[in-house]
Amino acid sequence: MTKTQPLARGTSPAHTPAYTAAELLAVMASRTLEDGQTVFAGVGIPLLAATLAQRLHAPGLTILFEGGVLGPFIVPGELPPSTNEQRCTRRANMILPITDVLLLLQRGYVDIGFLGGAQIDHYGNINSSFIGDPAKPKTRLPGTGGGNDIASLAKIVVAMKHEKRRFVEKVDFVTSPGFLSGGDSRAKSGLVSGGMHKIVTDLAVLGIDPASKRVRIDALHPGVTAEQVRDNTGFDLEIAPDVHETKPPDERELRVLRELDPDRLYIA
Amino acid sequence: MTETQPANPYGVKPYSQLRAETAARDRSLHDKVVSLEEAAARIKDGEHVAIGGCMMSRTPSALIWALVRAKRKNLTFSRSIVSSDGDIVFASGIAKKVVTSWFSQGIVWGISRVMRAWVEQGRAEFEEWSHMSMGLRYRAGAMGLPFMATRSMMGSDVGRMRVGAAKDFTCPFTGDKLLLLPALNPDVAIIHVQRCDKYGNPQIDGLPFMDHDLALAAKRVILTTERIVSNDQIRRAPDRTAFPFFTVEAVVEVPFGSAPHECYGLYEPFFTHMDLFANMTKADLDKGVADYLERFYYEPKSWTEYLERMGLANLLTAARGGESIYDD
Repeated sequence: MTKTQPLARGTSPAHTPAYTAAELLAVMASRTLEDGQTVFAGVGIPLLAATLAQRLHAPGLTILFEGGVLGPFIVPGELPPSTNEQRCTRRANMILPITDVLLLLQRGYVDIGFLGGAQIDHYGNINSSFIGDPAKPKTRLPGTGGGNDIASLAKIVVAMKHEKRRFVEKVDFVTSPGFLSGGDSRAKSGLVSGGMHKIVTDLAVLGIDPASKRVRIDALHPGVTAEQVRDNTGFDLEIAPDVHETKPPDERELRVLRELDPDRLYIA
Repeated sequence: MTETQPANPYGVKPYSQLRAETAARDRSLHDKVVSLEEAAARIKDGEHVAIGGCMMSRTPSALIWALVRAKRKNLTFSRSIVSSDGDIVFASGIAKKVVTSWFSQGIVWGISRVMRAWVEQGRAEFEEWSHMSMGLRYRAGAMGLPFMATRSMMGSDVGRMRVGAAKDFTCPFTGDKLLLLPALNPDVAIIHVQRCDKYGNPQIDGLPFMDHDLALAAKRVILTTERIVSNDQIRRAPDRTAFPFFTVEAVVEVPFGSAPHECYGLYEPFFTHMDLFANMTKADLDKGVADYLERFYYEPKSWTEYLERMGLANLLTAARGGESIYDD
């Protein structure tokens, strides 16, 4: 349970510590956050990433939970199992009604929202509602929760494993809006702020082309080729003009991350 | 000029009716204490029942248990997020529809098998709105307004699915494109609290969720409470009272009334029991669900016997976890 599995990823130099795919996701996601931001985070990798950022480069980061929690203090080894129960209120600055914590998005107090989802498409739209035809679904998924609100009103960071079946040309259902059908379609629909910002995967960091609003490769993780990323993506990926290689997780990042999740519930 | 009725597919209540219903109720400070069974009998077949709390927290589980035992029919339930309570109202056959933003037992148990089967096979309906939209629909209802404007849910298929109910709207002041959400005024809100008096002055510790809006939006409110306290005790800390007593029509004292979910500061979810439910629905869904309902819903003679069946060890673990919030 507590063993660290080395990544099967060729070219790490000898001084680079071994890390798991989940650890890579958490570290890379944490680096997308800046000091002073307010961030909506769910449990799992998002909360770990936000807390890691808080402990390292963003001490003034404020975390919000959808259940109605503002500025909780995450105790290492006591990660809450969900964002709607008492454990997630521990040493918070404030607890407030659900509608009011979500309205902070609409008022403009939230910089970044972390989201997950079953499928994500070329324009960063996310599906967490239906696989197949919504009228006769193959799989009914749990639904939006606050995902639709967060994606409608804040900049979005997604952290997910890079799998072809999840990166699809067109999602079966737009639960959480990205840039819809590209160009200015998002703004035209009435969504004048926010939108997909970064998709952090175990292979790359994907961003958005400013004109077309299509998902593209912004950075590749050490030892990963663009070819490899494309092979694992269900749509054509452009490459950003300033594409670069990410720095691998360093020892400090991994040490703090492992202190936060000593039972390796999320980072195994 | 011909008068045409506007389309109202989601049944937004006419204001005159809303006012008349409120005016007709006894809003005096009077004793409202009833038994769990009497409380369940006040909820009629076909009504819209809003569930207080959220997900695995302050769920009025005992009252839902009593509704299942009373074999209510064709109920519509709404809630911010449903957990295993949604599974129970589907599996027991008391619900035809659940209106919510997220429906599964909890992240650690994966996608609910009951929800999937009931929805995919067309046995019941799961009507999805964004979480904030659920909140704003209750809030509009609580404010006595027929709709609330929002900047969310536009452009998405979540919004597109609700067309006819949620309407595009251009702001007359700024020209902004907005969405109008229909008010939700439930027939009854069922809310579990840590304590209240016999008049229905509710006091909530911890997360308030959407309960204040639910209480004000609903035609009537049934409270279940861990403990009934004196009115004096309420008056010593009126800042802790969560919503007005005159919204409440009945009060039931039911300790551990949210089990197997949590009640802030008193007990955490009964995780072992939640595991048991998830496991029983794994192999043979219909048989697992039937066995579970038989063992925990139909056979016990009382709520106390239901708790006995969940087991003392489960209960003590949950209680120890609940009180740990005050030991930081």
